Amino acid sequence: MSGRAAPAVRVEGLTKCFGDFVAVDHVTFDVRPGEIFGFLGPNGAGKTTTIKMLTGLLPPSEGSGSVAGLDIETEADRIKRQIGYMSQLFSLYADLTVEENVRFFSGLYGVDRARRLERRDWVLEMAGLTEHRRRLTGELPLGWKQRLALGCAVIHEPPTLFLDEPTSGVDPISRRRFWDLIYQLAEAGTTTFVSTHYMEEAEYCHRLALMNRGALIALDTPAALRDGLRVPMLEIETNDAPRAVAALGDAPGVRDAAMFGRRIHVTVDDSITARPVIASALEGHGLEVGDMTDITPSLEDVFVALVRRAGGAPDE
Amino acid sequence: MSQVEAMVSLERLTRRFGDVTAVDGLSFDVASAELFGLVGPDGSGKTTTLRMLAGVLLPTEGDALMNGTSMARNPESAKPDLAYMSQRFGLYSDLTVRENLHFYADLYEVPRAERDQRMERLFRFSNLGPFTERLAGKLSGGMKQKLGLSCALIHQPKILLLDEPTFGVDPISRRDLWLIVHEMVAEGVTVIVSTAYMDEAERFDRVALLNEGRLLALATPAEMQEELKGKVYAVVVDRLREARDRLQPLHQVERAAVFGDRLHVTLTDPSHAPVIETTLQDGGFSVRGTDRIEPSMEDVFIHHVSQAGVL
Repeated sequence: MSGRAAPAVRVEGLTKCFGDFVAVDHVTFDVRPGEIFGFLGPNGAGKTTTIKMLTGLLPPSEGSGSVAGLDIETEADRIKRQIGYMSQLFSLYADLTVEENVRFFSGLYGVDRARRLERRDWVLEMAGLTEHRRRLTGELPLGWKQRLALGCAVIHEPPTLFLDEPTSGVDPISRRRFWDLIYQLAEAGTTTFVSTHYMEEAEYCHRLALMNRGALIALDTPAALRDGLRVPMLEIETNDAPRAVAALGDAPGVRDAAMFGRRIHVTVDDSITARPVIASALEGHGLEVGDMTDITPSLEDVFVALVRRAGGAPDE
Repeated sequence: MSQVEAMVSLERLTRRFGDVTAVDGLSFDVASAELFGLVGPDGSGKTTTLRMLAGVLLPTEGDALMNGTSMARNPESAKPDLAYMSQRFGLYSDLTVRENLHFYADLYEVPRAERDQRMERLFRFSNLGPFTERLAGKLSGGMKQKLGLSCALIHQPKILLLDEPTFGVDPISRRDLWLIVHEMVAEGVTVIVSTAYMDEAERFDRVALLNEGRLLALATPAEMQEELKGKVYAVVVDRLREARDRLQPLHQVERAAVFGDRLHVTLTDPSHAPVIETTLQDGGFSVRGTDRIEPSMEDVFIHHVSQAGVL
């Protein structure tokens, strides 16, 4: 990926207010051409509002942005032809065949008549559905539908693609196959935005932006986010995990305690000094203390820790 | 597990819809107070299984014993022991949080005297306390799930069946949901949860991995991961997809896949590790690092599907 190319998406001080409520609060970032950019955050964090502004559906209250070289405020109408969009509630018609869906979307996106056949064949080939072109879409397995929906979303060769939990619920093998297609598009220069609640999808992105309460609170590669949050974390065995989480609520040196199966995961300031503090807090509540092991936080642990550090989710 | 302890017992449980076998001869036991996961993608038979266990769908063949009661012959008499939260749990959007709970308490004939105490407890676990007068329709997705779960639990069931409770719920609200589930397990409730998210499998005491209506594997998450210990590597290398295509055909490689800026490679045996770097170097790739990593549940699932010859 060339870091020097002009950004495919540029956002500066982007802000959206609804009355007194600041849904998106001075967000700034650049996305490189061919980058797969993940958008994470709890419900109400401002992800959807940001994406609506980037796709020209909602004008910003303040700040500016451009997508594929077009200004999101003054050229919003032209942006729509420069993007592809696919959500988990895909817009495919169940009672049309695979081929008919492709034809429908190629009309919708105004693909040149001269290129329609070529694009249709490309989509069927890419989705691995050439042999199944005459089957009813509603009868296809979920993983195939997702590939077809992706094909339809890129039939007009948009430079920028927006995906909303694109592989939710699909089996892991189909999911890998789906992401292979995204990587293929990325190598050819397509820039992809992925918004998701699931770390399984987030792991496939090149970089992740984490939003909370309208603000961008972290932006880095999945690996760097995990490494950056090298806060010590202990996995502890106990006989009553829910009570143990409650017992550690205000223990000194403990930042967060959460359940993980029958064990608990405890984020601490220092793993060595925290051990005796935790042991006596648990024993003080009549709880058994089993093995305590240092562990590496998962991407989900990182997500939760960063959201808490930024003041907690809007619901909390 | 001894017979005495089994709270739920599936015996060749099968359900067909026309030509389609949605659930194909599932047999396993779930112990009292166990937290048990049904893990598999959409279409693997999770929902159909749970609906049979809940007594809302009769098996075509086989049976499920819920606290000893046959769901093939006697589904109605098991219902006082059961709570079932489906993917579209029926909350009344024009009733408040408190009114919804009262409605389910009436439905399950919870005595008035016990009702308030149970509601207070459920409010405490769910953090719904400050929102009791809010209309259910105005709750966020995560709060709706917590309310649905609270309604399902108002009659203190022995067995709790949850169909994809975390679907569409953000990671923060998911933690609260798990907290409620664990409170129930700690009180002795047997809980069976379905999920399509492989990474949630690690939370369960035992996991049944399902694929196309069949049982792929049944074990604790640790046992499942143990099988792949030392066989999964993360490789940082240039030209990722080309590198993947170079490794995939090797007989020492079970599977190679691109993950963001790296490859994940599953070997057929831990001793084959050196083959990754030598193959890539011979191919002119520049390998920047090879790290052994913990196998994920996604790796485990793909491993079992490959072994079962479904691919």
